Order: sequence, then C-alpha cells, then structure tokens
Amino acid sequence: MAFQIVNQPPASTSHPAGSPGVGPGPAGGNPLAQRDERWQIRVRGLNKTFGPQHVLRGIDLDIERGRTNIIIGGSGQGKSVLMKHLMGLLHPDSGQIWVDGVDVVGLSDSDMGKLRRKFGMVFQYAALFDSMNVVENIAFPLIERYNLSRAEMLERVRDLLNRLDLGKVDGIEKKIPPELSGGQRKRVGLARALIDRPEILLYDEPTTGLDPVATKNVDEMIRRTADDFGVTSVVISHDMASTFRIGDRISMLAEGKIVVTGTSEEVLASRHPALREFVETSGLVAPDQGRA
Amino acid sequence: MSATSSAENPPEVSPVERRLRVFLGYLVAPITVLLNYFGERAIMLGKALAALFRRPLRIRLFLDQMQFVGVGSLPIIMLVGFFSGAVSAQQAITALRIFNQERFVGATVGISLAQELAPVFAGLMITARAGSGMATELGSMRITEQIDALTTFAVDPIQYLITPRVIATTLVMPVMAMVFNIVGLIGAYMFSIYFEHIDLGQFVEQFTFWTDPKDYIIGAVKALVFGLTLSVAACYQGFNVRGGAKEVGLATTRAVVAGSVSILVSDYFLIDAFHILWPSKS
Repeated sequence: MAFQIVNQPPASTSHPAGSPGVGPGPAGGNPLAQRDERWQIRVRGLNKTFGPQHVLRGIDLDIERGRTNIIIGGSGQGKSVLMKHLMGLLHPDSGQIWVDGVDVVGLSDSDMGKLRRKFGMVFQYAALFDSMNVVENIAFPLIERYNLSRAEMLERVRDLLNRLDLGKVDGIEKKIPPELSGGQRKRVGLARALIDRPEILLYDEPTTGLDPVATKNVDEMIRRTADDFGVTSVVISHDMASTFRIGDRISMLAEGKIVVTGTSEEVLASRHPALREFVETSGLVAPDQGRA
Repeated sequence: MSATSSAENPPEVSPVERRLRVFLGYLVAPITVLLNYFGERAIMLGKALAALFRRPLRIRLFLDQMQFVGVGSLPIIMLVGFFSGAVSAQQAITALRIFNQERFVGATVGISLAQELAPVFAGLMITARAGSGMATELGSMRITEQIDALTTFAVDPIQYLITPRVIATTLVMPVMAMVFNIVGLIGAYMFSIYFEHIDLGQFVEQFTFWTDPKDYIIGAVKALVFGLTLSVAACYQGFNVRGGAKEVGLATTRAVVAGSVSILVSDYFLIDAFHILWPSKS
C-alpha cells in the first residue's frame, strides 16, 4: 500500500541546536536542512494553540515540488492556520517548517521578508485592497519591491489579465474590488499573487462561496496556473470534487494532525474513519466504494 | 510514583494563605490591566515611530492621511468652531454683565479658545470623524485579510498603515486647532457686535491686550498631544480587531470613547504641566 497513515508523534518538536534557519545547508546533519529535489516544503511536529484550543497537534507534512498539493479537512480543523504557518504569518508554539532547506520558524523579520518572495498567496475572499483599482492591486508587489516604470508594470499586469481571461472584461483595469464578481475577484487575487513569479502558490479555500460553474472555472485556473507557470501549489479545501479534479497529492487534516496523505487513488483507498466519513458524505463515492 | 502524585496534587494551601492570595490578586489586577493597556499602545506607537526611519517612506500615504484627517475635517471644524465661539461669547457676556464688564468679552473668549476650546473641541471632532474612520477601515482590512495580504508581500503593516495615520493626525491637529480658533473668534465677534452691540473697538482692544502668543503655543502643543493620543487609540482598536463586522463596530465605538477620554484626561495633566513649567505672569 503506497499511501501513508501519518499519525505518529514527531521525532522532535524543538529546533535543533545551532540552526537558526537563516540559510540552507547542513544544520547538525539534519537532512531537512538541505534542498530536496522532490519536497519543497517539509513540516515536522508543528504545534499551535490559541488560548485553551490546541489547533495543530504535531503536524508532519511534505509538499511536493511543482505539483498541486491539496490539504483537506473539515471546518475549524486548522487548515488555514497551517497555511499561515507555511508563509510565516503565524508562529508555531513548537515544530519546524523547512522551505528549500531553510527553517522558516527561526527567521528574522527581514530574512522572512526575503523568503516570502518565493510565495504567492490567494486568500479565501481574495483580500484585494479596497482602496485600489484592479491594476493597482495586481501591481502592488511590483510597486513595493522594484523600481519599474509605469509602462513596464502595466505591460506585466495586462499580460496576466489576458492569461487569466480577464483582459476582455469591459473596463476591468479601472474597476475597484466591490465592482467585481466573486470569480473575477479570485482571478485578480491570483494575478496579484502571480505577478512577481513566485515558486510556491498558496490557495486558501479558493472555491468557497462560488457556484458550481465558477468553482469548475477556478479549478481549471489552478490547474492551468500550475502547468503554465510551473509553480508548486498548496490548496486548502473542503470541496472534495475540486480536490480530486485538480490534486496531485492529497493530505487530510483531522484533529490537528495529518492523518492520511497520498495520490487521489491512494487516499480514496484509505480506511481512516475521518477520511471515509469525509469522502462518503461528500457524495463522491458510495459508502462501500474504494475500500480495500 | 510519589513524584508523579506530588506533581498531580499540588501542596495544600492553608485557608488564610488562599484568602491572602485572592486579596493580593484583586489588589494587583487593576495595576496589571492598566500597565497592559498602556503598554500595548506604547509598543505600537514605538514601532510606528521606529518605522519612520526605515525605507521606503511612502510620502503619498502621509499626504493621503493628511488630506483625510485635515482637509476632510475642515467643514465640521469650521461649523463647530463658529458656533462654539458664538456660544462662548454669549455665556461670557451674560456673566460679565453682572459686573458691568462686557467689554472684556474679546479677551475672555480669545484666551479660552486659544488654550482650551480650540484644541479640545477640534480633538473631539477629529476623534469622531477621522478616529472612527481609521478604526473602521483598519478593522475591515483586518477581518478581510487585507493586512495579512500586506504581510505576504513583505510589507510591514505598521509602517504602511499605522505610521502615516499617527504622524499625519499629530501634525494636522495644531492646524485644525488654529482654524477652530480663527473661526471661533469670528463667531464670537459677530455675536458680540451684531447681537449684543458690544463696542467693536473695546472687543478688539481687550482681545489684543490680554491674549499673547503663549496662549496659542499652549493650544498648539495640546493639539499635538491630542492628535497623537487619539490616533494611537483609533489605530490600536482597528488594527487589533478579531472576528467579524460586529467586532469592527465595537472597535469603532471603543476608538471614539478611548480617543475622547484620552483627550479630556490628558488635557487636565497638560494644564497642570503648563502651570508648573510656564507660570502665568499675573
């Protein structure tokens, strides 16, 4: 059986001595501290509590380079919390997150800022800046990071708008976020995340609140983005249809841990009760289907 | 085994000791709450000021905020200033008439406007208009993850959002107080001359004789401090919203209350400080 049931306690939940994580390379012989050709992000023993709530309870997770990695799980299971940890928006109580051999947890603010350039993030409700129009929103990372001319920026923004099928929308460039439909907002959010050519794209529940047609379009957009731009995609979702449509590698988060991880076939064949319940209640498979 | 049981069962505490602990807890709690309250705001202010010395400076954001806090508040400042001046003159004339000294109305209103009414009322108006706006905007940005989005682009949200608001409000407040002063004096003048028929020459003479630059400096310094406290109160509330629309509304209410209270409380201490540092000649 190729899939893994990942539920064992982590080997270590503290940072190895002398590895502040400011650069890739061997840290006390830790294999995670070296760039791995297959795994771009590696998480070990991640714990996070909010007050009395123990949300993440020793997460072990590997994100495959250049593939679409989906993290599924019910509402309130900590999927978004996990994703925010990957990008350093939240700090764990304990555990390690290695991105291309760099320990994110120990990074200073300025090093974290540099590392974040590898990432693009598409938020659940796009998180577009209300005070800016579409062009200003998409160009924001370029304005903040580089000294490009207005013409250069406009060229890159228009190129992305065309590639994401937004170029033909009448007057799209001057529209402000409240004037956009849900699907358009997602695309503009994706364009903003893609404009600085990130290596890793994080999607936080990209299909939430969309109708089935818009959901299918967003799925295609994620798939096409992964193929066209060659990025590593990490998608947080509880939409099982989308998950099996676009996912190369699927991991399930339940009760603060990754309980199953593997390809869609491997995950469908899993007998883990939380996963079975999730898959069966989604209506994708009959209760007996997929059991080994 | 014994070690485990001692860890699970902490040593017994005598009733007297328990009561003493509870009593001390009650005694210390208000102090810790107060220290926490001021400490969190002081830390945010410290970060906002430190960000001033880091690149990029983003001048446009400062100008945008000055426009919002200053130009945007001008109509309400002028309206309130005019009527505050007129009402002050009315009250002063009523009181001074008892002693047959109405001619002092220019001096009375001039000093009270310069030192008290202009900075305090302008501060309250800016709190109500701009402070509430800041808290709502920042709160909405927080709950719609726009602040998180800034962070993902390696932009420091304190530097981008808080520093311009705090600095712009602090710098604009003395100007607003001066506008309030001028328009208030016009209101007092019009009411005194046209409705109460006070002698024009005496109004102007008493005003110029009794008021001096010190009154305006005190007013400007007060306005500067009020600008700082009200903007920190508003930004802190908005920036730290957790939850949804209801929490944004509550944060806005708290911002207006905290901003107004901070103005009135700091006004008292500033008056005391000025009396000690810069005693009156008379």
